Amino acid sequence: MTLSPEHLIIAPILIPFFAGALMLIYDERQRRAKLAISLAAVVAMLLSSVELLVRSKGSELTGGNDIGFYLLGDWLAPYGIVLVVDRLSAMMLVLTGLLALPALIYSAAGWHKQGQHFHTMFQFLLMGLNGAFLTGDLFNLFVFFEVLLAASYGLLLHGGGQLRVRAGLHYIATNLAASLLFLIGVSLVYGATGTLNMAHLSNLVPGLADQQRHLFHAGAALMGIAFLIKAGIWPLSFWLPTAYMAGAAPVTALFAIMTKVGVYVLIRLSFLMFGPHAAESSGFGTTALIAGGMATVTFGFLGVLASQGLGRMAAHLILVSSGTVLAATGFVLAGAGASILAAALFYLLSSTLATSALFLLIEPMSREEGGIAALLALTADAYGLDEREEDRQPEVGLAIPGTLSVLGLSFGVFVLALAGMPPLSGFIGKLGILRGLIATEAVSPWLSGSFIALLILSGFATLVGLVRIGIQTFWATEGEPPRVLALEIAPVLALAGLLFVLTIKADVTLRYMQQTANAMLQPSVYSEGVLGAPRAADAPVAEAPE
Amino acid sequence: MEFVLSAAIGVLAASGIWLLLRPRTFQVIIGLCLLSYAVNLFIFAMGRLWLGAPPIMPRGGFVNPAAYADPMPQALVLTAIVISFATTALFLVVIIVSRGMTGTDHVDGQER
Repeated sequence: MTLSPEHLIIAPILIPFFAGALMLIYDERQRRAKLAISLAAVVAMLLSSVELLVRSKGSELTGGNDIGFYLLGDWLAPYGIVLVVDRLSAMMLVLTGLLALPALIYSAAGWHKQGQHFHTMFQFLLMGLNGAFLTGDLFNLFVFFEVLLAASYGLLLHGGGQLRVRAGLHYIATNLAASLLFLIGVSLVYGATGTLNMAHLSNLVPGLADQQRHLFHAGAALMGIAFLIKAGIWPLSFWLPTAYMAGAAPVTALFAIMTKVGVYVLIRLSFLMFGPHAAESSGFGTTALIAGGMATVTFGFLGVLASQGLGRMAAHLILVSSGTVLAATGFVLAGAGASILAAALFYLLSSTLATSALFLLIEPMSREEGGIAALLALTADAYGLDEREEDRQPEVGLAIPGTLSVLGLSFGVFVLALAGMPPLSGFIGKLGILRGLIATEAVSPWLSGSFIALLILSGFATLVGLVRIGIQTFWATEGEPPRVLALEIAPVLALAGLLFVLTIKADVTLRYMQQTANAMLQPSVYSEGVLGAPRAADAPVAEAPE
Repeated sequence: MEFVLSAAIGVLAASGIWLLLRPRTFQVIIGLCLLSYAVNLFIFAMGRLWLGAPPIMPRGGFVNPAAYADPMPQALVLTAIVISFATTALFLVVIIVSRGMTGTDHVDGQER
């Protein structure tokens, strides 16, 4: 078979897989070679994701919704595993690439030297993420989840130290238990419906018999709990701040998307299985999503206010972000309109980029003596944590001039984006959610009103918390400014630039998100496309390239 | 047979959860193992219970599908066993490292 463009769909999985495997051959001392391979792989992955995104936008003829399919092993859809690219998964693929590239460049400043096989695990994590975004099969989703989790266990422990081992212990135990829940859920769904293909499920759900429907709901609820643990919903999120605080900076910068995998799967499966088409099952889980999402936002912003250090604060900001998107998804599932989902996806994009950048900024900002470093040590004492190893090797490299002002300005950009203040992208996303909530009549005004209040309050708390840290770091410092390498600041600036691009190009992005949200509310397009995907063996020989 | 199997799954899961909530790392890992046994049996049971039915059909000709067991859960359970074995091994390594670093086998790394 010739290499036709349709094989591009599997490229985001294969590229990191082969790059990661290839780097296992290299000795640990050949870091430059590993870094080069890793960079090349991430750039190739990003390019193919962008191409998939452009392709999924489709032409006007198909109504702007081109869904790409890839039948693994050329088995027809409900029997074999199928990879699916639609707008939502293409967007998540691009977001993964956009987070991976800065994190990788940042790691070149010295972080990748702190432990073994950093680049291999990094690539395997990317492979798991991309696979989870692409797959159209529930059990395959479980496998890719395990791939990304196994890689993340290793990455979290990267650099060693007692704090990381302890946080890793809790992280691994929680996620192993969540994976077992996932398995029970998957097998219950299989037992009730006899299929694992998401598209096939979406077609079967409306016609389920009562007896099976109960089993199916139980299975879906168990799976939902597993995804909610990953998304960091409130009563199940206590592992998250400690784990994210403990990880090395480039690792946590990439971990910013790990909670979003849970959010993505919930959005995907909720609309496929419990959308308006699903007869008696439609809207299943709406209450849990809305209540859990709102509780998560509350817990998150209280955590932001209570945090003394930027690390803990950033981890709680992740909770705020995923809680907001989850609650918004719940509202859309209750029938509040596609425009909320579009705005929530836009918000997801902007807040993930901003939190990732914040994780990269933590270490350079707290590098100097006194100021925030002392405060961090104090907090560490109060929480009974051990101090991080301070005696890092003096690094060689280009230090940037005017460190404090560059750091301060980029920090300001992320504060505005996360708090949802006017000029930047966070504002556009939040405004969209608010406007949709005010306009809707599908839910009671009390419910939408309290979510509106929570959104505004969480933005305010974010602003207060981050500005407090900013003042302590940038205005109330004494002595020499910290020495920050250009390699460390460039990725941060790149992420800030991305936020600006997202703001300036907001109309294009929002139109894309609106189309995505419309497509999510019409699962028949997805399911009929998957089930009707032609086999390559049946295709005419002289097939015109798409 | 149904009762024996469901009782086995129930007992395994219950003891697994109880051990998972204990403060010693060794108890936690044994709890996770028991839980994964329960889950594997459960996946297996989701293909319905069959006696003496092969999961693979012979090639060609007419076969009566009712005489064959559902092969899907058997394939799934194989994958699940491999994955949970691998991740449990990884967890074991972390536990040993934690024991070496902190000198205690408490899950929080210190006695309370």
